[in-house]
Amino acid sequence: MTPRNTARLAQALILAAFLGLAALLAVTTAEHLAQRGIRSGFDFLLEPAGFALGESLLAFEPEDTTLRAFAAGLANTLRVAVPGVLLALAVGVLTGFARMGDNPLVRGLASAAIDVFRNVPLLLQLLAWYFILTDLLPAADAALRLGPGVYLSKSGLALPWWGEQGFEPPEIAGFGIEGGARLTPEYLAMLLGLVLYSAAYIAETLRAAVEALPPGQRLAALAMGMTPRQAFLLVLLPQAWRAALPPVTSQLLNLFKNASLAVAIGYPDLVSVAGTSLNQTGRAIECLSIVIAVYLLLSLAAAALSHRLEARSLRGTPR
Amino acid sequence: MYRLVPSPTARARLGAVAIAALACLAPPAHAGKTLDGIKSRGQLACGVSTGVIGFAAADSQGHWRGLDVDVCRAIAAAVLGDANKVRWVPLSAQQRFTALQSGEVDILSRNTTWSLTRDAALGLHFAGVTYYDGQGFMVAKKSKVSSAKQLKNAEICVQSGTTTEKNMSDYFRAQGIKVKPVVFDKFEPSIKAFFSGRCQAYTTDASALAFIRAKEAPNADDYTVLPEIISKEPLAPAVRRGDDEWFAIVKWTVNALIEAEELGITQARVDGLKASPDPAIQRFLGVGEDLGKSLGLDREWAARAVKAVGNYGEIFNRNVGADSPLKLPRGLNALWNKGGILYAQPLR
Repeated sequence: MTPRNTARLAQALILAAFLGLAALLAVTTAEHLAQRGIRSGFDFLLEPAGFALGESLLAFEPEDTTLRAFAAGLANTLRVAVPGVLLALAVGVLTGFARMGDNPLVRGLASAAIDVFRNVPLLLQLLAWYFILTDLLPAADAALRLGPGVYLSKSGLALPWWGEQGFEPPEIAGFGIEGGARLTPEYLAMLLGLVLYSAAYIAETLRAAVEALPPGQRLAALAMGMTPRQAFLLVLLPQAWRAALPPVTSQLLNLFKNASLAVAIGYPDLVSVAGTSLNQTGRAIECLSIVIAVYLLLSLAAAALSHRLEARSLRGTPR
Repeated sequence: MYRLVPSPTARARLGAVAIAALACLAPPAHAGKTLDGIKSRGQLACGVSTGVIGFAAADSQGHWRGLDVDVCRAIAAAVLGDANKVRWVPLSAQQRFTALQSGEVDILSRNTTWSLTRDAALGLHFAGVTYYDGQGFMVAKKSKVSSAKQLKNAEICVQSGTTTEKNMSDYFRAQGIKVKPVVFDKFEPSIKAFFSGRCQAYTTDASALAFIRAKEAPNADDYTVLPEIISKEPLAPAVRRGDDEWFAIVKWTVNALIEAEELGITQARVDGLKASPDPAIQRFLGVGEDLGKSLGLDREWAARAVKAVGNYGEIFNRNVGADSPLKLPRGLNALWNKGGILYAQPLR
């Protein structure tokens, strides 16, 4: 056998052993569940969920299926993760620039902010933002009016939006604010916490990438008569960006995974829905495997996308 | 399982992996063996909540106290002769059934509602109700809400992991009212959000509402518990299916605690009553007939349980009733002949 074939055979064996073990695990688990009289299977997904969600991008009622509850949970996760990724990127890049800027005050502030947000555990930051929002803001009947039809209160940020009767501004009524669109304190705290935490890492990554460039690059650019700003934007940043891209995309992927902390502050994301379903049905293994599968699939897809981005950013560079 | 034909060394390696995997997957002690396991360990593994004052919570010295805790202590006294031989396993709502099913705990005594799905589909047996509870609502007095039916469009804070979310949803669907739950996984953030004014109402079991209002509210008088009780929550200890002997021991220990109150056997009077001429008391204390034998225990099992924690009435008063900070009324949890619905199956 050629060494190459031996290597292939070894790989095939390892794969087979791994699949065999996985199958053994699944079969044994199912057997033990049956032995102990524990019902298993995914049939519960098509039963009515029986619980309500506080907010949902996807219309959801308690009589809808558990499957739809999971979908609504996932939609809520994406509702915070997608804007979170875009905002984290924007805030991170701007903070990174500020951190490397010439103005000592701006630089000091950026550096302090990065240190704080990077070094406090995310869960604590989320809880802190949440309790700041719910403690400090006024009750809904005394909401702050930020502009025509824009209210900020303990029940969140209310904005004019299209409702059943066309475009409608929110109004103070009943227990709170009705009509229009509303971003709850849970959502705002999630978004704020995730964005600032990830942005701090992105800013540091960017700075590290720029500082890792050989000093000759900057000196050469200045020697050619470029201003420091031109040297930074035209020479340093394009090179640094390539080095920074993999860690930055991995940080954005982390943001998506960190969104699973949402249940701590009452935001109904995928993990929260899975937890509630688990409690209603007792199908622990099933509910957790759904969450794992969804996170794995989406993370792998995002990782593939970021690999393509990286490959593209490297196009035309000498290696 | 393995139909591969690998080289001898690879086969040996695979074999080792398979054996290791099988060892991991081997089922724990088999049906009928729970009692043997407890005796050989010398310890009862009791799954309790992570902290519900009155039911199960560690005090400032680290001792677990509460009604659910005393049930486990009574069983340890009956089975092992020492109420302190208990390993406490605090479990979250999500962990609790898996911990019992997998054998990590011998009994789940964790304010858990006995319901059909849980009984029939989770491989559990519930061994008798230790507290009849029901779900209620608390609101701020200044909201002027006096009935749950006025909570239309309200946001309601709730801790996940109980039957609470579903009960609430069922109740308001029946009323034709929409509400928005704000669901937290932990107790502290859920009540903090409510007291900060994030939600117009808080919902959980009525016993817990009384405690939250008394102990957690910035000012108890600013809050009120609404009259509606929207669900039946019979809280019961549970054991795994497949071990009838152990199920019987837990069931009859719970019955014995209630029977002791009916018979007037208290912690202080256990020893003195051994001279009682009443045959029922004699049987209970193991002076006359030996009831323990049928359970695989000795004749003084019930006497030891009561001596360790008192009868049901004493347990109730000490943990959640008149002698506790919660000051809950006996209500449904009084004996059947005192206006409640507690009724022990006869110990004879």
